[in-house]
Amino acid sequence: MAKLELRGVQKRFRGADVLRGLDLSVDNGDMVCLIGASGSGKSTLLRCINLLDPIDDGEIRLDGQDISAPELDPQPVRQRIGLVFQSFNLFPHMTAEENVMLAPRRIKRQGREALRPEIAALFARFGLDDRMGHYPDQLSGGQQQRVAIIRALAMRPEIMLFDEITSALDPELVGEVLDVLRQLKSEGMTMVMATHEMSFAREVADKVCFLSDGHILEQGPPAQLFERPEHARTAAFLRAVL
Amino acid sequence: MRLMTLSAALTLAAGPALAAKDCAAGKTITDGTLTIATGNPAYYPWVMDDAPESGEGFEAAVAYAMAERMGFEAENVTWTRTSFDESIQPGAKNFDVNLQQFSITEDREKVVDFSSPYYSAAMAVLVRQPVVENGAEPTLESLKALKWGAVATTTAVPMLTGLVDPEDDPLLYNDNPDVIEAMKSNQIDAAIFDLPTALYLSAVVLEDGVVLGQFPADRTENPDRFGMLMEEGNPLRDCVNAALDEMAQDGTLAQIEAKWLSETTGVPVIE
Amino acid sequence: MTATHGAPGPTRRERYEARARRRGSAIALGSTVAVLLALVVLIPLAPGWEAVKKSFFNAEIFARTFPGLLQAFLLDVAIFAWCAPIIAIWALVIALARDVRSPALYPLRLFAVIYTDIFRGIPVILIVYLIGFGIPGLGLQRPWNSPYIWGSLALILTYSAYVAEIYRSGIESVHASQRAAALSLGLSRADMMRFVVLPQAIRRVVPANMNMLIALQKDVALLSFIGPVEVLRQAGVYKSLLANFTPYVVAAIIFLCVTIPATRYADYLIAKQNRARS
Repeated sequence: MAKLELRGVQKRFRGADVLRGLDLSVDNGDMVCLIGASGSGKSTLLRCINLLDPIDDGEIRLDGQDISAPELDPQPVRQRIGLVFQSFNLFPHMTAEENVMLAPRRIKRQGREALRPEIAALFARFGLDDRMGHYPDQLSGGQQQRVAIIRALAMRPEIMLFDEITSALDPELVGEVLDVLRQLKSEGMTMVMATHEMSFAREVADKVCFLSDGHILEQGPPAQLFERPEHARTAAFLRAVL
Repeated sequence: MRLMTLSAALTLAAGPALAAKDCAAGKTITDGTLTIATGNPAYYPWVMDDAPESGEGFEAAVAYAMAERMGFEAENVTWTRTSFDESIQPGAKNFDVNLQQFSITEDREKVVDFSSPYYSAAMAVLVRQPVVENGAEPTLESLKALKWGAVATTTAVPMLTGLVDPEDDPLLYNDNPDVIEAMKSNQIDAAIFDLPTALYLSAVVLEDGVVLGQFPADRTENPDRFGMLMEEGNPLRDCVNAALDEMAQDGTLAQIEAKWLSETTGVPVIE
Repeated sequence: MTATHGAPGPTRRERYEARARRRGSAIALGSTVAVLLALVVLIPLAPGWEAVKKSFFNAEIFARTFPGLLQAFLLDVAIFAWCAPIIAIWALVIALARDVRSPALYPLRLFAVIYTDIFRGIPVILIVYLIGFGIPGLGLQRPWNSPYIWGSLALILTYSAYVAEIYRSGIESVHASQRAAALSLGLSRADMMRFVVLPQAIRRVVPANMNMLIALQKDVALLSFIGPVEVLRQAGVYKSLLANFTPYVVAAIIFLCVTIPATRYADYLIAKQNRARS
């Protein structure tokens, strides 16, 4: 059974169809990359999976459980799904450590002292143990985005979603963030990532999906999709970005 | 033209007071007219029904009697209204004389002129029946324990702090209705007014009001005497004083007082 | 020879700006002195100046009334001191009540909307009168009918309505992405509000609230209408006894001694915030 399964997902925004019956399946431990033009629905899809935006029709299953039922309380589901944003969205009034600690403290009802060893270990794992006491505006973009990833990981999610997390970064800072993803991949994390980093997708992804007009026009292993796209539009997009 | 002839004839007919009439000539803000100011509103029993033109009420009656002696017929008296602040602000006044129970004080006299006093006011203590039932008596000792109020712009305030010297700081208000409201709300036990006002309030306005006692005018070092207020240096003052002094001597003032302020006897004197 | 890169001494631009600054200062000083001179020379030429000076700027009365007025001002400060923290809390409750979503709590939201409309729509002095005399008139016993309590309540109710709207503007100014980030972690809406939105919102509206505090300090004087002898009332008593307006000038100066530094501080906070944002 797939870890994450989307069937016929539809989403309208102010009268416009953003997702039109989209199907997607993500296996345990896989890294799935979503590519496509701006406005093709990649961000919306990720927000829908995290239940930040409710879908209009279709269903989303996590470990076989329908998490998209309208009557379902989204809060426990979101705790199982990490989401990292393009613009980091760190809480500016909290230090890096406080940013990471907030959700575990409130949701798992654990004290700061009890949480500290685990949080410190997470920072150390991604080379930020000397930045725990810094406020977001004292960190570089790359450091901020790594803190945002650590913040999502602190809830021990079963799956991580990344929404163009390197697009807002200066080019020289992209590498340190992508290294984090490589590390997570090697640790067996299930991940879905909207990205424009084609070479990274080609290197790391288990599956690449090309979004167009609100559904997945074409998907497959990177070698196949990048070398031998079946659809003319996929080919045209790839020619434009590569 | 006919009107002038008529008024000239009337003036001649008024013979005896000719000197006083000449006195006021050319000294009023409008020639031939005496402009008198009162409060807004003017209160009973000083002015009845807030209508000074009727001549009803102590101050209205005094005003018309004085005007007559100064050579102004009733129709040559016009009324205007001022607040306390307007009456003392610097600059030209819009009245010749202003009477609304102004107490004559040394400090005030530095800024404005006062006429001879036309009334010596006893100050009185107004309370409600429950306060009396709780044991309040017309003695200074008993009064000290009460919660006090007064109208802020009156000489009741120095009287309160100087003579009664209550244990709690008094509360002060803008006007009589506010003081009464505070008494009804039981925020204060007692308030000081001049005696005629206190009698009126207890009889008409405050349902269970009682005048607990009075401080006679000669009780204090500075007895509360009402005078008419005029702009400093007003040349009319001598004419006003001549008329008022005459009214005091021939018993006119006493008569008017007896008519409008007669109930003031029988209020216990505070010991 | 032109200055080489990194050489000591001001750059050409710096020299130009220093010159412009000096010229600007000279013009500002000159025009200020001219205006002051005109005021000092012209006003005393007015025919009523002597009378006005005697009535409003009387040194002897200033000296006589200043200690009493300063004493009375302490009451203003005390009323301000107990009103301000209650306003801060009650306004927050109102602001949050306007944002509740649960249908069961709709009456709360409705209440908050009506509350802010009513109390922002009525002059403070009327509220002071209505509550200060009206509620004790219901038959409350001492000390619960004190004008201090109900007058303060009138200020608290009115100012909370304004401050609640300021809080709301602050809450709305926190970007939606902050809410999304909090929710995506699995935080509840209440936790999102408490830990993520409010701390940022309240910080942003500190300058606006400083201005409300200054206004409150002045409006405390309105309590004098229902009895308390604070500085405005004490000035009125002196004015009445001395037939002179100088006590009002003294009261105004006492207020300015507090409000001008507070206003400057508020401006400083606003400027600091604008710098931080740009």
